[in-house]
Amino acid sequence: MDVEILSRIQFAFTISFHYIYPPLSIGLGLIMVLMEGAYLRTRNKMYETLARFWTKIFAITFGLGVATGIVMEFEFGTNWAAYSRFVGDIFGSALAAEGIFAFALESGFLGVLLFGWNRVKPIVHFISTLGVWLGSMFSAVWIVVANSWMQTPTGYHLVGEGSNMRAEITDFWAMVFNPSSVDRILHVWIGALIAGAFLVMSVHAWYLLKGRFVELSRKAFVIALSVAALFSVLQLVTGHSSASGVAKNQPAKLAAFEGHFNQSDQAHLYLLGWVDKENQKVYGPYIPGGLSLLIHGDFDTPVPGLNDFPKDEVPTQVNAIFQFYHLMVAFGLYFIGLTLFGLFMWWRGKLFSYPWLLWVFVFSVILPQLANQFGWFAAEMGRQPWLVYGLLRTSDGLSAVVTANQVLFSLIMFTLIYALLFVLFLYLLDKKIRKGPYDDSDTEGRPLQQGMAGLLHTEHEQQ
Amino acid sequence: MATILGIDYPTLWFLVVGALFSGYAILDGFDLGAGAWHLFFREEKSRRIALNAVGPVWDGNEVWLVIGGGALFAGFPVLYASIFSAMYIPFMLFLFALIFRAVSIEFRSKEPMKWWRNTWDVSYSVSSILMALLLGVVMGNILQGVAIGPDYEFQGHWLEFINPYSVMVGITTLALFMMHGAIYLAMKTEGKLFVKVHRLLNQSIIFFIVSYSLVTLYTLIYIPHLSDDLYENAALFVVPLLAFLSIANVPRLVSREKYVQAFIFSALTMSFLLILVAIELYPAMVVSTIDPAYSITVYNAASSEKSLGIMLIMTAIGAPLVIGYTVFVYKTFWGKVKMDENSY
Ligand code: HDD
Ligand code: HEM
Ligand code: HEM
Repeated sequence: MDVEILSRIQFAFTISFHYIYPPLSIGLGLIMVLMEGAYLRTRNKMYETLARFWTKIFAITFGLGVATGIVMEFEFGTNWAAYSRFVGDIFGSALAAEGIFAFALESGFLGVLLFGWNRVKPIVHFISTLGVWLGSMFSAVWIVVANSWMQTPTGYHLVGEGSNMRAEITDFWAMVFNPSSVDRILHVWIGALIAGAFLVMSVHAWYLLKGRFVELSRKAFVIALSVAALFSVLQLVTGHSSASGVAKNQPAKLAAFEGHFNQSDQAHLYLLGWVDKENQKVYGPYIPGGLSLLIHGDFDTPVPGLNDFPKDEVPTQVNAIFQFYHLMVAFGLYFIGLTLFGLFMWWRGKLFSYPWLLWVFVFSVILPQLANQFGWFAAEMGRQPWLVYGLLRTSDGLSAVVTANQVLFSLIMFTLIYALLFVLFLYLLDKKIRKGPYDDSDTEGRPLQQGMAGLLHTEHEQQ
Repeated sequence: MATILGIDYPTLWFLVVGALFSGYAILDGFDLGAGAWHLFFREEKSRRIALNAVGPVWDGNEVWLVIGGGALFAGFPVLYASIFSAMYIPFMLFLFALIFRAVSIEFRSKEPMKWWRNTWDVSYSVSSILMALLLGVVMGNILQGVAIGPDYEFQGHWLEFINPYSVMVGITTLALFMMHGAIYLAMKTEGKLFVKVHRLLNQSIIFFIVSYSLVTLYTLIYIPHLSDDLYENAALFVVPLLAFLSIANVPRLVSREKYVQAFIFSALTMSFLLILVAIELYPAMVVSTIDPAYSITVYNAASSEKSLGIMLIMTAIGAPLVIGYTVFVYKTFWGKVKMDENSY
């Protein structure tokens, strides 16, 4: 295999693995803020117990998010040197903003969030939790701005020739607010908030099924359900807005999303389907002219198809892109249905009466994860063959001096290490969840901050 | 060319990046150093205290690396791209070690089994040592020059990063971090563990001073271009002098048990050494061993003036914020380690 394929596999693998954790950290962050906020308002100890419990799970996802994120930052330089030189002038300021404004904020307050429960006043602790959450939200902003600039570049000009050509910034705000960034930031944020809320619902539904921590779990479940319902509905709005943006700015990508080959064909909207690329046909149920309707507001306005672009400027993996995109949308519709149904049952006072419904919530936890992954796959594969849309090809972004063997070595190492990390992650998550909120947080009777005595005490607890 | 206080933007950004990396060395330096000592503590209790001494802060410390890396990418994309692809293997090893270290800290105390804790203890310590060594090795290569060809592409063999000089710098870096980490642990511990830390601290001072002297000798003899600037401008000799004085101050303060001051001076030592490196290299950042004309300098590697200007504004807004909450966090956890149910 050549360097290009290996580097792409490595990047796709490491970023996808990284992206398991950020959505959970961002999503849990909001839930923790809500729980601690509820505690401050009501002074009901239960909310504090919940917040402490979820902080522990948050610690695991956050830790893995940081460790795998640092890899991402350096991979641009190691594997994509030509790309780094090309975009550094622009991409750099977004990355610098991310570091200064976001990462420093979240990691700064993280210590207080995790270790400060008994050292600072509840309000100071609440502010720290808020700081960590906002930090994670901001970091998503800047990294998505950088990525959106690669999808829809604006606010730059090109200088230099050939391999020395690079993009230089001309207008910072035009770069930040490039045509796709607002849509995509909102969409990514909300995707993360949904992922966090579904995790909380899943765990507490399981407790309810087992008859453990019943009162606590009901409170937590309702908080998470409200968050999930609100954002599932909003996600449809931001998703639609993203799709219209793609239609305008990256028409070839949109054509791939829907498996649309010729401008002269009516532009259908498929609910599901299979793309036969050889014969340029899609099999599956569709709304005739639905794609035109979504974009132009009527059934007949033509939409450019894949054949209307130069052959070497369209993505090749049409079926995969189609599937990833449609699965994301299908999951999104499912979340809307499920959470609204849940709210309805809650209103009827029957939310917790049917074990089957709780089981559905237990198992649905995996779907937001998949939707987030598939959304990125669709967006990134749909951008191919471009690394920076219309400006730099993926094959031209590589490091000239890195050999296939080096990348193979690092790829094998990443695979092994990440497999280990993932097993440990699941193991610890499972363990924390089994132990539950009262694991070691019944702090009342415990003499805190007594140095060695406190230590010996926790030794017994085997924390 | 636009300037602030007579200094042009690329040079200013060079100072920013330098300050970030020196902040990183000072901060992560002590927790890497503490990690390097970890296996010297034999009892479970001691290991937990040592781990929790860095527990609330190591992650914040690593952020300096993240920001430093971002600042390098942003301000000097050419340098970032060339060096990271040229030293692909050492940087990958560094990343693997970094992951293992983060995970070890997170996981070691989560299970009571002896084998579990011992495994993570070893992985924590080995990865801390490896990170310190690799940072030094990279620094050594940069000091001595890299085979950069036209178009800023590396033209050497990928194994070249390992050579006698870079290994020596690596060991010296490890020694410096271990000294720094031991001082930090001395501030954070009490009782029997404290006595042990104090003993290790004295050994690490000797270890550092010996390896540092060897590296300096080697540099003066084999890499003369590094001291050119000093000979041309005698006033600059004040920097190595300051570095020397602050190194000498460390054992003095340690013997009087003034650990906070000793910590400050070992931090100053790191800064002076990095300033020394910066002065010796500037305006180059990496000297090409093939032809000095191919060297990567602050000017040919820099982003556009516009981009640098934006980032300088961001730094001016962001730095006080960052310093503000860093101080807040350190104040919250000031003093000897106290364990509670939230500890590692
Ligand atoms: C939607 C948001 C999002 C996306 C698309 C990415 N990340 Fe990420 N990243 C985060 C959201 C995030 C976060 C929420 O801020 C994390 C995850 C959990 C955490 O601890 O911080 C994080 C951690 C994290 C860290 C460690 C920061 C620290 O020490 O606190 C780095 C260096 C990166 N990321 C870099 C990247 C790069 C270079 C990406 C793209 C190629 C990337 N991330 C995609
Ligand atoms: C966390 C969210 C992200 C996911 C899940 C993701 C996913 C992917 C995938 C699957 C690929 C491989 C595509 C292919 O080879 O066909 C890829 C490539 C790439 N992406 Fe992303 N990406 C994410 C965020 C980003 C961001 C934020 C950036 C930059 C700011 C970025 C830059 C790149 C680059 C440089 C490549 C390599 C070139 C390529 O293989 O296409 N990605 N990404
Ligand atoms: C409800 C219907 C949905 C629609 C119509 C929709 C639409 C879209 C579109 C058009 C894109 C591509 C944007 C681009 O390439 O610029 C996208 C990307 C994405 N989607 Fe969705 N989406 C929906 C639901 C969801 C859900 C429920 C999640 C996660 C929980 C999700 C997560 C993502 C992510 C992470 C990306 C990649 C980032 C981005 O490009 O914005 N989506 N979505």
